[in-house]
Amino acid sequence: MTETSSPQTGPRTGSFRIKLEPRLEEPPRWYPLVVSLAAILVALFFGGILIAFAGGDPFRSYAHIARASFGNIGVLSDTLVKATPILMTSLACSIAFRMKLWNIGAEGQFIMGAFGASAVVLAPIVPADTSPWIFIPVMIVAGMLMGALWGWIPGILKARFNVNEIISTLMLNYISISWINFWIFGVWSEGGFQMSPRFPDNAWLPRLLDYADSIPILRGLTTHAGLLLGIAAAFVLWLLIYRSRWGYEIRLIGDNPNAARYAGINISRNTILVMMVSGALAGLGGMSEITGVVHRLQTSPIAAGYGFTGIIVAWLSKLHPGVIIVVSVLFGALILAGREIQPSGVPKMIQGIILVCLIASDFLLRYRIRIVRAGSEE
Amino acid sequence: MATSNQSTLPPVVTMSGIVKRFPGVLANDHVDFDLRRGEIHALLGENGAGKSTLMNVLAGLYRPDAGIIQINGKTVNFSSPRDAINAGIGMVHQHFMLVPSQTVTENVLLGLDDPRFLMRLNEYDGKIAKLGEQFGLHVDPRAKVWQLSVGEQQRVELLKMLYRGVQVLIMDEPTAVLAPTEIDDLFKTLRSMTEQGKSIIFISHKLNEVTAIADRISVLRRGKATATGVSAKGVTTQDLARLMVGREVVFRIEKQPSKPGDVVLDVKDVYAENDKGLPALRGLSLNVRAGEIVGVAGVAGNGQRELSQVISGLRKCTRGEVHLAGDTVSNRPTLYGIQHGMAYVPEDRTHVGSSPNLSVTDNVIMKKYRQPPISRGGLLDMTEATRFAKVLKEAYDIIVPTVETPVRLLSGGNLQRVILAREISGEPTFMVAVQPTRGLDVGAIEGVHRLLLAQREAGSAVLLISEELEELLSLSDRIFVIYEGKIMGEIQLSVDRESDKVVETIGLMMTGTPLEKIGKGA
Repeated sequence: MTETSSPQTGPRTGSFRIKLEPRLEEPPRWYPLVVSLAAILVALFFGGILIAFAGGDPFRSYAHIARASFGNIGVLSDTLVKATPILMTSLACSIAFRMKLWNIGAEGQFIMGAFGASAVVLAPIVPADTSPWIFIPVMIVAGMLMGALWGWIPGILKARFNVNEIISTLMLNYISISWINFWIFGVWSEGGFQMSPRFPDNAWLPRLLDYADSIPILRGLTTHAGLLLGIAAAFVLWLLIYRSRWGYEIRLIGDNPNAARYAGINISRNTILVMMVSGALAGLGGMSEITGVVHRLQTSPIAAGYGFTGIIVAWLSKLHPGVIIVVSVLFGALILAGREIQPSGVPKMIQGIILVCLIASDFLLRYRIRIVRAGSEE
Repeated sequence: MATSNQSTLPPVVTMSGIVKRFPGVLANDHVDFDLRRGEIHALLGENGAGKSTLMNVLAGLYRPDAGIIQINGKTVNFSSPRDAINAGIGMVHQHFMLVPSQTVTENVLLGLDDPRFLMRLNEYDGKIAKLGEQFGLHVDPRAKVWQLSVGEQQRVELLKMLYRGVQVLIMDEPTAVLAPTEIDDLFKTLRSMTEQGKSIIFISHKLNEVTAIADRISVLRRGKATATGVSAKGVTTQDLARLMVGREVVFRIEKQPSKPGDVVLDVKDVYAENDKGLPALRGLSLNVRAGEIVGVAGVAGNGQRELSQVISGLRKCTRGEVHLAGDTVSNRPTLYGIQHGMAYVPEDRTHVGSSPNLSVTDNVIMKKYRQPPISRGGLLDMTEATRFAKVLKEAYDIIVPTVETPVRLLSGGNLQRVILAREISGEPTFMVAVQPTRGLDVGAIEGVHRLLLAQREAGSAVLLISEELEELLSLSDRIFVIYEGKIMGEIQLSVDRESDKVVETIGLMMTGTPLEKIGKGA
C-alpha cells in the first residue's frame, strides 16, 4: 500500500498543519504496549494533579499505593486475593464481549455462583463431613452451573426474542441480590443475622497459610486456590478462543456476524452457549470468593461490584486472557491500596482516569499523526 | 420565484467539465450538465455510472477535482451541503435521513436556527401543512415518522427541502422504494413543483419512468456523458438503452467452446421477499449446467442480491425450490449448501465475504475449519491452517506481507482474490458469484475473469450475477435477464456474441421488456 493522502486534515496551526492519517499497515508488535504504558503514565500525571488538588502529595501517595499493594509478601498476598474475583469476572466478560454480547451481568452471575456453592453446604447437597476432594469439586460445579443458568436466561432471550442483553443482564443482577437476600434473611439465616452459618473447614479452598506449619514464610498469607482456578480458567479460555473451532466461530461472529452467517455458523446457538460459558466463569468467581475468602453466604462481600470491575478490566486487556491476569492484579492492587489512602473518592477517580486515557490511546493505534508544513505537501 | 420557462435566462444550474476521482476509479470524467428553470431533467445510467457522484458534487457533498459549477450564471464553490441548500439546491437521497421517533414537523425543522429556543411547534405544524398543500404533499405534520409509509416519508424529505426554500431538487432514484400508486402520486407532485418554478433532477435507471416524466435526458456511462440534455421526445427507449449500457467489449478473453454437462443448479419458480418484506423475486426460474458460465444481467436492485441469497441459503424463499445436483438446498441452513459443494462469492466483499479484523489465514479457513486437517478434535491445527493460507497466497497471487495480516488492510483486488481462493479451493461443483469485479482495477478484473473461466474449464457450474454487461458478454455462455424479480428472457451467446442486436435486446429486457415482445417489435 502506497502513499494515500487523507481527506481528514486537522486545525491549522501557524504555518504547520496537523494531519491525521488512518494507519494502512499494522503497527509493530511493541507499539500497542508502549502506547498503553504511556497512557497509564499520562493518567498517573493527571491523577497526581488531582491528588495535589485534594491536598495530598502525589509522589508520596503513589509511593504509598505501591508499598501498600506490592511492598511486602503480606500485602502482595492481599493484592492477589483481591485480584482473584476480578480475574474471573473479567474472563467472563471477555468471552461475551469477544462475540459483541454486552454481558453487564457478571455481577449477578458471580453472586449466583456464590449461591450455588453455598447451597452445596447449606441445602445441604453433600454432608458436612465430606472430604474436601469431593466437596470442592461439587461446589465448583454447582457455582458454575448457577452462573451458567444466569447467563442462559439473557442468552436465550437474546437468541429467541432479540431482547437486549445489556438490559436483561443488568436487571438479573438485582434479582440475584434479592435472591440471596431471601435465603440469608430467612432459610439460612444464622440466629437472625443476615448471613448464613460459617462453612465447615472442608468446604474451604486451601490457602497458603494452611501450609505455614511446614513452610513458615506462608504464615498469615490468605491467597487461596481460587487464584489457581482463575489462572487455569484463563489458560483454558485462551485455548478456547485462539485455538479451538468454537473459538474461531466466536471470533468470526464477533468481528462480522454477516460473514459468520455466510460461513454457515449458527449465531443463535452460539449466543446462548457463549452467555452460558460467560456466566459459568463468573459463577466460578463467586464460588472461589465464597469458599476462599468469605466462608459464609453474606450479601455485602459478595455483591461488591467485582462483576462491574471485570467489565473494565476485560476492556483494558483488549479481551486477551493473558493480559487479563496482569491487569486484574493491578486492579486488585488499586482497590487494596486505594482503600489505604481514602475509603472512596480519589482512588476511584484515578481508576477512571486510567480507563479514559487507555481508551483514548486506542486512537493512536488506528491513526498516525503527522505534522506537515502548510502548502509544502498535499 | 420564476414561473415559466424563459429561455433567455441562463440555466439554473450549469456544470461543466466536472471531474471526480476516487482511489482507483474515475467516477466523473469531464461531465457537462445543465438544468433549465421549471424542467425535469432525468439523469440516466447504470449503477456505478457516476450519476450519484455527479449529483453529490452539485449538492455539496463532494468537491470536484476539476470543473465549474454555476448557479444562475454565478460560479459557486460549495464546501458542504449547507452551502448548496443556501444556494437553493437540495438533494433527496435514496436512503431517507429522518428521525423515526420525531414528528414530521420536528424532522422538517431539524437543523434550522428557527425556532431558536422555545419549541412552539403548533405554529410550525400549520406552516408545514400549508406548504404541503401548495405542492400536493399530503402528510400529517403531527404524525411520527416511523408511523408513515415509505411514500409519505419521501414527502417529508421533499418538505424538508421545500421549507428551506430550495429551487433545485435532486431526487436520487426516488421510485426505487415506492409502490406503483405512490409513483403516480410522486410524478403529480413533481409536475406541480415544476409548474411553480422549481427545477428537478431525476436520477434513475428505469427507462419507462424516465420517458414518462422527464423533459430532457442526460445519460452517463462509466463516468462519461454519452448524451447531454437531449429532449425526451426525440429519443426512443432503444437509443437510451444503448447509450446506457454501451456495446464495446473491453476484454477479449480466449475461451474454449462450452461443453455443458448435466444441470447442476436448478432454480424453479422461486418467490422471495427483500429485507423490507416486499416481493423481490416473483416466480424466477433459471438453470446452470456443469461446465458453463451462466450470466444474470440486470440493473441493480431487481432481485439479484436476493437470488444469490436464496441459492446460498442466507434467505428463505416463500415459494419454489432451488436444487443443487438434484438435491433441495433452498430453505436449508447455509451450512448444507457449503457441505454439498456450493461456493458463493458475495456481492459485499467486506461486510459478508470476509471478516475485516481477522487474518488472511482466519479468512481462508472460513469454510474449511470444520474438517480435517485444519480441525483436529475440537481444536484448530494452526500450523496446518497457516500452511494452507500460504499455499493459497502463492497460488492466487495474494499480495500481503504475511498471512497473519488482517484482511481489512488488503486492497479490493487482493481481498477478492482471498475470497475467490477460499471458494475455489473447496473444489465446488457450483459457484455463484455476485459482482465479482465491482470496484476492481483492470488487472484485478482480468485475474478474476480468468479464475471464473478456469472453474468452467474444470467442469464446475458458474452463475455470474453482474451489472457489467460487457463482463457478462465476454464470459457467459448463456445470459438470463432479470427485471423486478422475474426473468425477462434467456439469450444463447455462442454465435452472435458482440452484435449490436444482442446488446440492444438485453438493454430492453433490463429495462422491463420481455423477450417475446422485442421479437415482434423488430
